[in-house]
Parts: sequence; C-alpha cells; structure tokens
Amino acid sequence: MAFIALRAMVKKDLQLFFSDRKAVIMSFAVPIAIASFFGAVFGGVSNAGEPTRIPIMVADQDKGVISTSIVTTISADKALRVALTTPDSVRDAVRNGRVSVGVVIPAGFGDAAGLSFFNGQSKPELELLYDPSRNAELGMVRGMLMGDVIQAVSKEVFTGSRGGVLAEQSMQQLDASDMPADQKQRLRDVLAATRNLEQGNAKNGTSVSAPGMTTPYTVKEIAATANPNAGYNGYAHSFGGMGIQFLLMAAIDLGIGILLERQRGLWKRLRSAPVSRAALMGGKALSGTLISLMTLLVSFTFAIVVFKVRIHGSILGFLGIAGATALMASTFGLLVASVGRTPNTARRAAIFATLMMVMLGGAWIPSFIFPSWLQEATKVVPVRWAVNGLDDMTWRGVGFSGAVAPIVILLGFAALFCGIAVWRFRWEE
Amino acid sequence: MFGRTFSLMLEIKNLRKTYGDLVAVDDVSFTLEQGQLIGLLGPNGAGKTTTVSMIAGLVTPDRGEVRIGGVMLKGDTDPIKRKIGLVPQDLALYDELCPTDNLRFFGALYGMSGTPLSAAIKDVLDLVGLADRARDAVKNFSGGMKRRLNLAAGLLHDPDIILLDEPTVGVDPQSRNAIFDNLELLKSRGKALLYTTHYMEEVERMADRIVVIDHGKVIANDTLAGLHSQAPAKPGERPSLEAVFLTLTGRSLRD
Ligand SMILES: Nc1ncnc2c1ncn2[C@@H]1O[C@H](COP(=O)(O)OP(=O)(O)O)[C@@H](O)[C@H]1O
Ligand SMILES: [Mg+2]
Repeated sequence: MAFIALRAMVKKDLQLFFSDRKAVIMSFAVPIAIASFFGAVFGGVSNAGEPTRIPIMVADQDKGVISTSIVTTISADKALRVALTTPDSVRDAVRNGRVSVGVVIPAGFGDAAGLSFFNGQSKPELELLYDPSRNAELGMVRGMLMGDVIQAVSKEVFTGSRGGVLAEQSMQQLDASDMPADQKQRLRDVLAATRNLEQGNAKNGTSVSAPGMTTPYTVKEIAATANPNAGYNGYAHSFGGMGIQFLLMAAIDLGIGILLERQRGLWKRLRSAPVSRAALMGGKALSGTLISLMTLLVSFTFAIVVFKVRIHGSILGFLGIAGATALMASTFGLLVASVGRTPNTARRAAIFATLMMVMLGGAWIPSFIFPSWLQEATKVVPVRWAVNGLDDMTWRGVGFSGAVAPIVILLGFAALFCGIAVWRFRWEE
Repeated sequence: MFGRTFSLMLEIKNLRKTYGDLVAVDDVSFTLEQGQLIGLLGPNGAGKTTTVSMIAGLVTPDRGEVRIGGVMLKGDTDPIKRKIGLVPQDLALYDELCPTDNLRFFGALYGMSGTPLSAAIKDVLDLVGLADRARDAVKNFSGGMKRRLNLAAGLLHDPDIILLDEPTVGVDPQSRNAIFDNLELLKSRGKALLYTTHYMEEVERMADRIVVIDHGKVIANDTLAGLHSQAPAKPGERPSLEAVFLTLTGRSLRD
C-alpha cells in the first residue's frame, strides 16, 4: 500500500515536470550550454593525450640558410603551432591578443648567430613580442625557442653549407686579433677542422646528417591518469561540475515547490490520507532523484557524443556516483524546504549555500588547483565528492573501487539531509 | 437507543488549540451521526478550519480528543483515516493535470489502484458532473468546476465521514446547487457530513444541526428550529440566523 502511494507520488511529480515543455527544455539545455562553454575554456579535448600547442607567429626577415633552418625546427616543435607571416602582422596579432607570443628574425640574424657561436661577440637579437597578460606562455615559448635556435644554428655551423664559410670568416677575424700566439693556433685548429669537415662533405657529395647541437635530453610527457588510454578532457570536468550545480539549483526549486504546496494547503490534503510523513518526503526525494539523474545522464550523453567525453573508469561506478549525486541533490531540496519558513527566505539562503558548495566542491575550478589545506577542508562539502567522483570515473579512468567512497559518502549526506528534513519540516503550517 | 449509538460516527470532546497567545479553538465538543449533516457556522477566523484539521489528524490538539467510529487516531498511517474524506477549503488539486490524473493520484494515497480505482473515478466524476471533462487540464476549469473536482477527490475512497471546509467559496450559483444536490445524495446514502461555512443560508437549507462557533468557542449547538426559538422573530419577520448570532454574540456575523 505504501508502495502504491509512493509510486503514485513519483508518477505525479514526473507528470508535473514534463507538463511544462519549456521548463523541461530549459532544464536540459541550459546546463549543456554552460558546461560546453566551461569545457572549452578549461582545456577542451586533448588530442590523444597530447598537450595543447601554443600558437605563435613568426616573421623571417633574414631568409638565409640558418634562419630557414630555425623556422623549420620550431615548426616541428610539438609544443608550438607556428604561423609564418610578416613582421607587421606579427606585431598586430600580439597587440590584439590573437597570439600570445610572436617572433621576428631580423635580416642577417643567421650569419651573425653563426659567427657569435664561435667568438661569443656581437650576439644578434631575436625579437620576441608578447602579450603582457600571458606571461606564462612567454616563459614557455622562450625556453622552447632557446633549444630550437641553438639546435638550428649549431647544425648549420658544424655540418651545413654555411659552416665552412663562417669558419673561414672566423679564422680571418682570429688572425686580425691580438690573442697570444699559442691560443690563436689552438682555436685555428678547431675552426680549420670545422671548415675541412664541411669542404670534405662537399667534395665527396656526402652529407653528414648530424643533428647539430641539441638540448642534451628530451622530455617524455605522459598525462598521468589511472587508465593509460584516458586523457584529460575539460568537458568531462565541466559537464560533471556544471551538471551538479544545476542539479542543486533544480533542488532549490524542488524545495521551494514543497513550500509553495504547503502554502496552498496541498500537503495537509495529502496528510489526510493514511500515508506516513517519511513516505511523503520519500516520494519527493525519489521523483527529484529520478529527474536529477535524467538531466545528468542526458547532459553527459551530449558530452559523450559531441565532445568525445569517455567513461574511462567504471561505468557502474559512474552510474553509482551519478545516482548518489542525484539523491544527494534532491534531499538537499528537502532540506531547503525544511529550514525555510517562507519560499523567499528559503530561496535566498539556499542559493547562497549552493554557490558556496559548488565553489568549494570544485565544480567551477577543479579542486586539484586548491591549496592543500583547502583540499583537505573541502572534504566536508558533498559536491567535492560528486565532482571528483565523476572526474575519476571519466577522464581519470579510475576503476569501480574508486567509486565506493564517493557513493557511500554521498548517500550519507543524502540520509543526513533527509533525516533533518523529516525532523525539521513544519508539517502543520 | 442501540441504533443511535451504532450510528455515532464522529465524537469531538473538549478540543483546544492555541497558536502562541491566540486561542484558535477553545473547548469545542460535538457529535456527528450517520446520515446527518452538521453545519459548523462561524465568521472568518472563528476556528472552523483548525477544528476540521484536528479531526482529520493534520493538526495536533493541545487538549481534547477526536473519536472516529469510537476510536482515536493513532499515527499518520492509521487505517482509520480511510473513514474520513477531507474536502479542504484551499483547493487541493494539481492544475497541470487532468481530473483523471488528479484522482488517480489521490486514490493511490488510499492504496487504490487498477480497475477499482478507475471505477471509483468514473463514479465520482459522474456524481459531480465532470465526466465529459475528465481529460482536460484543470488549469482551464472555472472556479465552480474546480470546487466540484475538489469534492470528488474527497469522496473517491468512499469515506463514511466527509469534512467539507467551505466547499462553495467562489462558486457560481449553478455549481453551488449541483454541490448541494451531491450532498443531499450522500446524506441519503448514510454518510456523515460536517459542513463549515460563514453563509447562513447554506446551513439553513441543509443542516440537521447547527454548531455556531465564534473566537474558537461553541456558542450554540442546536437544530435550526431550536436556534430560532432563542431569538424569536419580531412579528411579521422571518426568523433568521443572523438575528440568532446577534443575540448570542452581540455582533453581526458579517463583521
Ligand atoms: N498555523 C497557524 N498559525 C498561527 N495562527 C493560525 C494558524 N492557523 C490558524 N491560525 C489562526 O487561528 C484562528 C482560526 O483560524 P481558522 O481555523 O482558519 O478559522 P476559520 O477557518 O474559521 O476561518 C485565526 O485567527 C487564524 O489566524
Ligand atoms: Mg477556514
């Protein structure tokens, strides 16, 4: 009998929810739109685990052998996306913020760099333009350019066609200098060896494919996730975080709806039937959970289809966390109804509480960015467990065992909220 | 004598309810029998709704007791509640749903389902004259139609005692007459009806007994004839409840 009543309460709430087509569309479309936006902002989709490339613009005014080699080398850099253009458009693009860093290779840069390689004097200037609001990218590009330029110049100097010419020039400069005779002789030997290497190559028609001087190590960048196939997907996080935020917003509406129904005397009418208060609350919690779960799954389906979000962890764990999150959210709605006297005071307090929970729970900014004390402190926020749990099951690729703690804790919060609601709700008003 | 004891459906003794300093209901007692309609008459704020709420188990009295068929209500899920049908003053309907879905929901709260529920829905909709609107959204209904559906929802599980809290507020004369006809029929079927109102003419027309309540206190409990005898009509005038009320309280009912 309690089952018949409970089923009817859930059915009625679902009928009421779906009777307002516009509201239904809004409750599905708005979270999807906002999560899409945040997903794009927070990194979007990483291509098979590769970090995103930094776009830069390069203008080569030198057009010599060495500068061409520099451009080729930086174009091959996996961390950069290079566009070649004129110095003016480089400056424009940086000024307008279209790219954060621009490089201008001035005329004569290549030969000057090659010469200074041997004599350390009159180093040519590479013009690096940057957007002052994006210092982090400047630092990264500077580091990468250094490696790339040294590699290109040294390669040309030791093994390329300009190497012999530059060595010859350097020898002449050396002869003209007032260096002690024995030192002069030793340096001459080095330069002559370089020139002979180049001339020998030219004579035999062979070329030494020496790579030139390079940074003496490479970096193997591995995005560390529990599943080797998993990769960070900004959309996975944003659909989880924003999805939960909207569940809580919908829960506020659920709570306000209960208060409005009480104002209208509907609850008294329901209580005149032989139904327990727990069943009445339970019916609301259950229908709220179903609707929440539905919106969460619909928006994740959208993310899976459109943004290639994948559940790299346990699907069962994902569904478990989604269900527990939906239950936590709908019982939060009951809590709102039980602590609020009037719909208006309840709404104000609940919106504040929700924003705090969502912020501290890492739904906006992932909690791994928090300082460590805050990471510890925010464990008392249910949203934290929901957001991290969904992150774990999606892009982090954690298995089912990782879902147990979030599920248990979220169910615990749901039980707490529900208990307070049944205890504190003013039934007789 | 035995017959009368058997037909006693509802017994209210010394009910009292306060909200802070306000005494909403003060020492109210009366009884209701099978096939009887009692009019609970009083101005707004007299304590009618609070009394009805205590009878239905929605508000806990500070003092006093309510016996339904001789027994007191124990807890929210007490099956005795099935004997009571509440027709609340505030319309308890879901505007977005049709009458059928509204009634399916209220029926299920009493454990009804399947064919018996469908049959009961058809019966009550026929009774209140809404069978042809069974699938229209309630939000498009007139005030009178909503009142009739509100009544139907209270009758659905075939209760013995029907509590009608101002069931004709905001109703057109046609719907009002239809409701009165429904109540006459229910009375003839042996139902016990408690009818609250602040309209004199409604109790004059229908009530077997009239309980007059003011500031939470019962100030008269009598038949219409008995009340009239308390304020004898002036020669050439119809005896009126208005005059009775004036005599009992020293003020007009319409205050
Ligand atoms: N929940 C409540 N809290 C405070 N006062 C109430 C409450 N319910 C009713 N009252 C007060 O109790 C008195 C009786 O109300 P009520 O029973 O609704 O009167 P009636 O139905 O006869 O108009 C009124 O003064 C009303 O304001
Ligand atoms: Mg009232």
